[in-house]
Amino acid sequence: MAERHNTVIAYQPSRAPALAALAFLGLALTAGFLPVLAMGIRQGLAGLDPYILRVLSFTLLQAGLSTALSLAIGLPLARALARRRVFPGRFLLLRLLNLPLALPSIVVIIGLVEVYGAGGWLGGLFALYGLQGILLAHVFFNVPLAARLVLADLERIPEENWKLAAQLGLGPWALWRIVEWPRVRGGMASAALLIFLLCASSFAVVLTLGGGPRATTLEVAIYQSLRADFDPQRAAMLALVQFALCAVLALLAQRWGGLVPDVPMLRASARRFDGRSGAARVLDAGLILLVLLLLLPPLLALAASGLQHIALTAPLLRAMLTSLLLGAASAGLAFLLVWPLAMLAVRGALWRRVAALAVLASWIVPPAALATGWFISLIAYAGPLWLSALLVIAMNAMMALPFVARVLMPALGRSAEVHDRLCLGLGIGGWNRLRVVEFPAVRRAAGLALVMALILSLGDLTAISLFGTQDFVTLPALIYRQMGSYRFDDAVGTALVLGLVVLALSALAERWGET
Amino acid sequence: MSLRLDHLAFRYEAMDMIFDAVFPAGGFTAVIGPSGGGKSTLLNLVAGFETPLAGRVLIDDADVTALPPDRRPVSMIFQDNNVFAHLSVRQNVALGISPALRLEPAQAQRVEAALADVGLDGLAHRKPGELSGGERQRVAVARALVRDRPVLLLDEPFAALGPALRRDMLDLLRAKQQARGLTVVMVTHQPEDAIHAASHTAYLEAGRIVALRPTADLFAATDVPGLAAYLGDWRNTVL
Repeated sequence: MAERHNTVIAYQPSRAPALAALAFLGLALTAGFLPVLAMGIRQGLAGLDPYILRVLSFTLLQAGLSTALSLAIGLPLARALARRRVFPGRFLLLRLLNLPLALPSIVVIIGLVEVYGAGGWLGGLFALYGLQGILLAHVFFNVPLAARLVLADLERIPEENWKLAAQLGLGPWALWRIVEWPRVRGGMASAALLIFLLCASSFAVVLTLGGGPRATTLEVAIYQSLRADFDPQRAAMLALVQFALCAVLALLAQRWGGLVPDVPMLRASARRFDGRSGAARVLDAGLILLVLLLLLPPLLALAASGLQHIALTAPLLRAMLTSLLLGAASAGLAFLLVWPLAMLAVRGALWRRVAALAVLASWIVPPAALATGWFISLIAYAGPLWLSALLVIAMNAMMALPFVARVLMPALGRSAEVHDRLCLGLGIGGWNRLRVVEFPAVRRAAGLALVMALILSLGDLTAISLFGTQDFVTLPALIYRQMGSYRFDDAVGTALVLGLVVLALSALAERWGET
Repeated sequence: MSLRLDHLAFRYEAMDMIFDAVFPAGGFTAVIGPSGGGKSTLLNLVAGFETPLAGRVLIDDADVTALPPDRRPVSMIFQDNNVFAHLSVRQNVALGISPALRLEPAQAQRVEAALADVGLDGLAHRKPGELSGGERQRVAVARALVRDRPVLLLDEPFAALGPALRRDMLDLLRAKQQARGLTVVMVTHQPEDAIHAASHTAYLEAGRIVALRPTADLFAATDVPGLAAYLGDWRNTVL
């Protein structure tokens, strides 16, 4: 009944572009999945050889450990930040927590190698190549993510609860059990699944820090089967396993409420009255220090060493141009796919479900697994540069889709709420409506969505590794190549350039995101 | 027990506040006045949620200014969020006795008695989400009763309720206050709440308690600066 009541407003945007977007997504997903499924079925269970099982168990092992470590540090960190509302540098620390996820993984990896690699500041502290290195990198990315997600939940606790707790004299344990845990457990479960999913399909980290066949994951094994061993059969089997794994995780995550992270705003949180004891202060300061020690050295090392080795050579400029062109195209495509779906989704329950499904599908589908299907479908046509470019653009657009939807959907929803009846009354519709009403109203959100999609695509190493060629090189691919050919100094310089471009874009996005 | 504010100073943004007043022991004092004048701050200072710049809070002549909130002989009820949504009504009340929710039989008995006292005896197993707004505030009152602290502060506790329900809640509160000899201080935006339930009423404006008198006297007064402007026509239409 409630739904029927909501759709009384009868403005209906055109369905044709939305159907075209759905057709594109349907085609991309079927072309990715069906060939893999067909090949997998032909091989049957025999295809699940010990190698694949070993890769699967390593994938699960490293993702499980990464998730556990990230939460074990991220959760207490969030609590420390929540109960220390005022300390020098808190604002900067919160900004610092945004960095790892904004920076391309390959850039962060370069920073980690600078610090923990042979001859690095802390060389020898960790065995960087292998499980330890993979965990270190994943913890670097996901402690901030976990902390931000949990902090957002903690900051939503109303001030009265803290006052009540102070008045009732709840100690730290009772406070956690009665006030905090009930508020964070839902978010924690979905954060855990999200981090597990990110780590289970992590590509750049495992490609660069994994130690050959012993420490490899499904995504990287797929890449090696396709590009190094040219073994599509094995790639298909790996892809099928990866599809199944991600589907299970996504279903679990949906039950726990959403996968795409909710980015908490920097705002004044409620005043708390706990954590005044000396022990609590020492504990929180120690945690904050630990996280600074985790995050700062790689970033500082990257900046310090990168500045010495920055060189705007022709290959770098060429790669930058390629990256920007591909990124712009991917962002544009993601935008064109989301917009028509979002316009309908904010006005009707059926389309809302369709759009949610499309977003979920593009979010969970592991890129390398999807690429396997495309690879097999297009084997006969392999070669031309434009085809490689199109595949990279399509894949990056799909990866960006959930983020674009997350920004665009609420903005279009607000616009619909405010403008629909007015426009119906004035007879403004079709193109005029877009030009006069929608575009100006959602300008900032659209800009933010485009920049976010561009940033994601600039950092991509998966699609370009799978479809790139000797002459078709983006900045992340160039960094990886420089790393691989013992020109680490060049790699550091390139990484700094890429990092700075992305940071500049994030700063822009943040300004647009503020209002 | 009397509640005395001795030149209690506080600063919020650009506003300097100084509270100096004696709230009568065993009285029910309503606090009225314009928004942003410091009414909630006054309660927060007494409860220990704010730290004053200077001055003292004296309860029964004991200086409690330096005590943390849970060691003051004070309970406070807010407009919203007085209950934890994942705990049952009974557990929410039991929190007033034991933060670990482990009660001796005699304590459990007190919880049941308080629930019956506020008319919630049939709803003890419910979660707050299944209660009405008025019932949720009754849970808060029941918890204040089991805590058994002599001073009870209320910050617009019934602002979200309709007129009839508000009147019921005020009657309940007044009955408990008299039965137990509580010293009650209640911030309200409704002058009629003060007239209905309060023995005394304080007029607070711009960080000062301008007057604190028996309720009938205050509303009849013509010598309280700002009061006439605050009440406007209200006095003529109601009184």
